[in-house]
Amino acid sequence: MNEIIKKMKKAGLKGRSGGGFPTALKWEIFKKQRARKKYIICNAAEGEPGVIKDGYILEKFPQVVVEGIKIALRTFKNSNAFIYLKEDYYQRFKENLQKIILGLPISLFCKKGGYLAGEESVILNVIEGKDPEPRIKPPFPLQVGLWGCPTLINNVETFYYIAKINRGEYNFCRFYSISGEAKNKGVFELPENYSIEQILKETGNFPGFDFFVQAGGGAVGEILLPHELNQPVRGSGAIIIYNKKKTDPFDLLKKWASFFMQENCDRCLPCREGIFRIWEMIENKKLDKENLDNLFFVLENTSFCGLGRSASIPFKSLIQKLNLLENNEKKKN
Amino acid sequence: MRKKRIEIIIDAKKCTAFQKETILEVASRNGIEIPSLCYHPDLTAKAHCRLCLVEIEGRSGFFPACTTQVEKGMKVITDSPGLRRARQVNLELIFSQHQEECFDCVWNFNCQMLNLAKKYNVEITHFQDRKKGYPVFQFGPALIFDSSKCVDCRACIEVCKNQGVGVLGIKKNQSFWEVMPLENFEEKCCYCGQCIIHCPVGAFEAVGEFEKVEKPLLDKSKTIVFQFAPAVRVSIGEEFNFSPGTILTEKLVAGIRKLGGGVVFDTSVGADFTTFEEAKELIERLKERKNLPLFTSCCPAWVRFVEIYYPEFIPNLTTVRSPHMILGGLVKSFWARRQKIEAEKIVVVSIMPCVAKKYEIKREDLKVNNLFPVDYVLTTRELAFLFKKYKIDLRKIAPSQADIPLGIPSGAGVIYGASGGVMEAALRTFSYLTTRKNFNKIKFQNLGKNEEIKTAKIKIGAYSLRAATVNGLGNAVKILQELKKKPDLYDYIEVMACPGGCIGGGGQPLPVSPQIRKERAESLYQIYKTKEIRFAHENPVLKEVYDALSPQEIISITHRKE
Repeated sequence: MNEIIKKMKKAGLKGRSGGGFPTALKWEIFKKQRARKKYIICNAAEGEPGVIKDGYILEKFPQVVVEGIKIALRTFKNSNAFIYLKEDYYQRFKENLQKIILGLPISLFCKKGGYLAGEESVILNVIEGKDPEPRIKPPFPLQVGLWGCPTLINNVETFYYIAKINRGEYNFCRFYSISGEAKNKGVFELPENYSIEQILKETGNFPGFDFFVQAGGGAVGEILLPHELNQPVRGSGAIIIYNKKKTDPFDLLKKWASFFMQENCDRCLPCREGIFRIWEMIENKKLDKENLDNLFFVLENTSFCGLGRSASIPFKSLIQKLNLLENNEKKKN
Repeated sequence: MRKKRIEIIIDAKKCTAFQKETILEVASRNGIEIPSLCYHPDLTAKAHCRLCLVEIEGRSGFFPACTTQVEKGMKVITDSPGLRRARQVNLELIFSQHQEECFDCVWNFNCQMLNLAKKYNVEITHFQDRKKGYPVFQFGPALIFDSSKCVDCRACIEVCKNQGVGVLGIKKNQSFWEVMPLENFEEKCCYCGQCIIHCPVGAFEAVGEFEKVEKPLLDKSKTIVFQFAPAVRVSIGEEFNFSPGTILTEKLVAGIRKLGGGVVFDTSVGADFTTFEEAKELIERLKERKNLPLFTSCCPAWVRFVEIYYPEFIPNLTTVRSPHMILGGLVKSFWARRQKIEAEKIVVVSIMPCVAKKYEIKREDLKVNNLFPVDYVLTTRELAFLFKKYKIDLRKIAPSQADIPLGIPSGAGVIYGASGGVMEAALRTFSYLTTRKNFNKIKFQNLGKNEEIKTAKIKIGAYSLRAATVNGLGNAVKILQELKKKPDLYDYIEVMACPGGCIGGGGQPLPVSPQIRKERAESLYQIYKTKEIRFAHENPVLKEVYDALSPQEIISITHRKE
């Protein structure tokens, strides 16, 4: 096995875009693909609310990220790379990155479209100039990606840590974005096995008021109450703090519903119509348990892509943990 | 390339499958029903409607059968409490988009959505219709898109693109990406009506379908003359539960007559005139080596396509009119004089497998003596609707013959309804006119998967002709592009806008699939084989008409004004 893949396996590195797929396995599969041409994409699409760590890394450590991409270019013969940046990152980092990648087979690509345009197969369509919509899988991008060639897509942070692993400097950390009602907002590099409580305490962000957090990301992250914080952050590593007294849960639900309605591609039925019906109930402040259960069920089990399949998480957890259904029932009576 | 044969199990039934096939394909071939709405065998599988979900033993979750490929030893489960729940909720969501208008729908109660609603116990009004008040778009005199019925499956977008037209797309409306006509759709649509055929929920329909179907019958002060196209006789039965391709020529005539039309002629007779005139035109053009290759122009969607997108090829189109336009012209001249009726007092109604014909009859350049040769076009579906409304049951009605003199066609006139038929008919008459001999079968080389493009080199007497027949406008683009590079590649080209020709037309009963088109086409050739007179030039009515009318009048009726 290739040296760097061995090292990644040993380090147990997992993808940092939110999916958490073992990076070594991804590289191994990619390595095995027989093709004249391969593509590597560094995903800097970062579109989920509350997640800003890729922008932070690109600002502070762009050389390290490019170093990671260079390792990939070396590992996979006849490969070219793209750094796929969301528009404001493209504007902010274009000049600096261009200097760093000068002479390398790496080009910058400015993302078109919103949150969904960060999904792996959507990225392929966008770079190929097609509509920003997910592709039917299989085949997976690793097998059939850009212009039919095998394509490896890793997150900015993943490439950063690949370089660190290669240097022998990996510290088993990850980057956390902390926002919301936090005293000390920002991006922090801390051990990946830290619990949410530890992270909040260490960064001086543990609230003194009654609160709850959304952990993972500002769209698909799960709502957790103070007694549930003894677990690591999943997803893209974001923690958003809400002041329980000051937060109108319906505002929050509506914000999510509007976000998904605006950002989804409207191709598959459950995501398009299901989220609209959830939005409608929130708008009318009439949550119906049976309808919600059914809509969550089809979203989770029948949506085309990961966006729809995970869209129920914030709604479900907030409604359950703040007893919104019961409160709703009481109001009715 | 032979595909590897594998075995899979669907609901405990052993099924033979081939590698790369999808679960849905294998299931339907093995008679196992998996509900699906957005899937159409003509188009790529989309996995949008999320109804064809199945479970696979050993894997967690639901998988869309339309896009999941089979694997050796796969065990598929098509029904479970979870799947039923998913389908039920998703059906409720589909109905929440679709504003029902069941009494006036091209699916004529043969609706997949309603059938599934019954099967899965769906409350179709569980949610309020989201698209209430959505706009209706009209595409010229031919077709209509009612966006309040659309469920955004995007089948129409793909088929329109495949047709080389592409006037449908998605547009963002507030937070929704929705199927909508694109800019200048009125000017760019060619009216083929394949959107109607491929829409699973009846959001597209012909203009007037079905609100205005009775209009032609209402004017009692006029003599109504009906004619029916070749392709109608092998498809209308499907509306009365006959199997696809059932030949019902005489029951069709009887039904029309019962509807109130005293006179019923056969458009295939018009086709015999088209054949004869077109063969003559081909001979002339070959002599002068002018405006070659000659293009057929029976298909108004194809003519419009050339006019809009490839105007440089307009001179290549034959000036000969399409069969029903010729027949309409003959009714209002030859027949009118014989019956001593003023042409103005006649209403000609064409029953067509087509919605573009609704546009063709309004073309000013096809008027004869300042009259439109045909006054109304009703589609096959519209006629079936009228039959049902007037309780005319094609299963029960006694057969009847079309009227003379314009009701008895040659076999050649009947195969016009299938792709390649026009060319076959014309070349046979060409052979007779140039060599006085009737020639046998043309050997075509098949260039497409489903015979969308066929070419042939044919030796007739001193002529060596290179011919091509094409169905599907998108396929015609390929030939036109080829011609742009090599203008001398062909002498004669037949194009039909719809897959398979008129038998797959936009006015035909639903559903339409490659198999159904095949059965309809085979039946037309079946009729051809049983006809005593197979060649257009042998039809005695031709001589009768050519003897009765002056050459100038013949030309004015059979050719378009240039």
